[in-house]
Amino acid sequence: MDRLIEVRRRFFDSDLWYSFTRSRITMLAAIVAITIILGAVFAPWIAPYDPFDLSSIDLMDSQTPPAWLEDGDSRFLLGTDDQGRDMLSAILHGSRISIWVGLASVAFSLVLGVGLGLLSGYAGGKVDAFIMRIAEIQLSFPAILIALLIDGVMRGILPPDMREQLAVLVLILAIGISGWVQYARTVRGSTMVEKNKEYVQAARLIGIHPAMIMLRHILPNAMGPVLVIATIHLAVAIITEATLSFLGVGVPPTEPSLGTLIRIGNDFLFSGEWWITIFPGATLAILVLSVNLLGDWLRDAMNPKLR
Amino acid sequence: MLAFTINRFAQSLVVMFFVALVAFAMFRYVGDPVHQMVGIETTLEEREALRVELGLNDPFYVQFGRFVGNALLLDFGVSYQHKKPVTEMIVARMPATLELSILSALFALLIGVPMGVYTGLNRDGFLSKCFMTVSLIGISLPTFLIGILLIFLFAVILGVLPSFGRGTVVDIGGWRTGLLTVGGLKALIMPAITLGLFQMTLIMRLVRAEMLEVLRTDYIKFARARGLTNRAVNFGHALKNTLVPVITITGLQLGSIIAFAIITETVFQWPGMGLLFLQAIQTVDIPIMAAYLIMIAMFFVVINLIVDILYYVVDPRLRIERGVRGT
Repeated sequence: MDRLIEVRRRFFDSDLWYSFTRSRITMLAAIVAITIILGAVFAPWIAPYDPFDLSSIDLMDSQTPPAWLEDGDSRFLLGTDDQGRDMLSAILHGSRISIWVGLASVAFSLVLGVGLGLLSGYAGGKVDAFIMRIAEIQLSFPAILIALLIDGVMRGILPPDMREQLAVLVLILAIGISGWVQYARTVRGSTMVEKNKEYVQAARLIGIHPAMIMLRHILPNAMGPVLVIATIHLAVAIITEATLSFLGVGVPPTEPSLGTLIRIGNDFLFSGEWWITIFPGATLAILVLSVNLLGDWLRDAMNPKLR
Repeated sequence: MLAFTINRFAQSLVVMFFVALVAFAMFRYVGDPVHQMVGIETTLEEREALRVELGLNDPFYVQFGRFVGNALLLDFGVSYQHKKPVTEMIVARMPATLELSILSALFALLIGVPMGVYTGLNRDGFLSKCFMTVSLIGISLPTFLIGILLIFLFAVILGVLPSFGRGTVVDIGGWRTGLLTVGGLKALIMPAITLGLFQMTLIMRLVRAEMLEVLRTDYIKFARARGLTNRAVNFGHALKNTLVPVITITGLQLGSIIAFAIITETVFQWPGMGLLFLQAIQTVDIPIMAAYLIMIAMFFVVINLIVDILYYVVDPRLRIERGVRGT
């Protein structure tokens, strides 16, 4: 109990918390991001309808405008789509998939990049040259192009009937692989600095396994910048997922993410049903903007360590 | 200088070799090329004969050598989906993408640089803060969403611009251009803005940061002390020195503009290479994917090479540093 109080005191006394309370826009961004994330996490319980339950959908309700417009229906706050699905429920469930894919891809990139960065920095020599050359080649192409390509190739390898089932996994791998370079380069840099310090030399001298030195001794000292990169990368990963889904090579329409919802709604923009596209689009934009703002703040707050 | 150029050229060759390897692996091992080329009624013997004829039973390096040789002659085989030579299809769609890309790069430069200069000079002005906020939103909004919003505003609500396609195009010696007709130009406006907006915010932020940096230097203070007009100091001395990195970044961004054209072309159903590539991914049309990959890589590598060499020519500090390090 005392320990908990101590941790809390240290957290509220920290520079990080201080700079957080000094920036109103950051606090606003945090509130917005947390609201959307909570809404997404608890979507199955708070959404008014279950968008995957076909029996609850009535085609008679299709294309109802938002509740505050003429012809609106108080049952559907943000209107319905072409099949009579409640947009608010679809958006809540859609953000759930978007955020899940985003977080999973970031985690995958982080593990891959941090691992290769540690190895590259610690081993040096030919291993380092090899990994960094690959990183350089990958860095000269935009991440979205690489994600598209990996996505396309994996769809080619998988038999057609499994493409839908594994679509989310393929997407996570594609976005994850497209983003590892930044982590690797940062961690490599810190590892090269840390490995010459005395504590690492001492650990080596008493015969600790190199893998243990990398993970238990060097990694904790290289994690600061990694967290900043991960926050900013989350915004990028969510955008990439939405873009791929919008292009029709991401999440299948049976389990729509925000990008898929925008893609579906785009066909109805011309017939006047703007809410099918605009609401998921706005949710996506607000989510990404607030995550970006948080990332910017974190980068500035931890600036001394990042140079 | 010569050694540097040769070194960079060798590096580019390594990159291209690697990309060719990836493209070849895709071409050869993702799906069965024979299976894609024949009908259902083809017998196993006929398939085997075709396999031998295509050389698919040859050792790996022979096949790879043949692939590279063909690629050098711009022969990327036949599309599985369309049964037409891939090179012909890409060449037919190249003008659409190039016109769009170049126009959006121009848009990004012509709007981004003045905005950057303005925000750099009037750091705390109200308009500067507006520009910076808008640029943050520009970075956060995904490209396809910008396109959809523009379509919603200008095509659906106002109805002043076409929402898809290239409008009227004129054929000049095989190059189908949309730049010479009113309809073609109108069709270009929204896609070019969509594609260029992200680059514009990038250039604006870069110019702003560089301006702030340069304005702090001694030679600017000296220029002011000499009593030069603000105009001469800001544009003659400061802006000139910010332009080197701006030109470099713009050059490098040209490659990603062409890559991002995939998204813009899908939103606006623009008949360019990007749309072709995306359709190839959806239908797993490997020859088109491989050809597009090699072409884009070639483009990137050439731009990178030119920018590197230009940088070396323009910035004398780079030469000194290398000389000291002895590399």
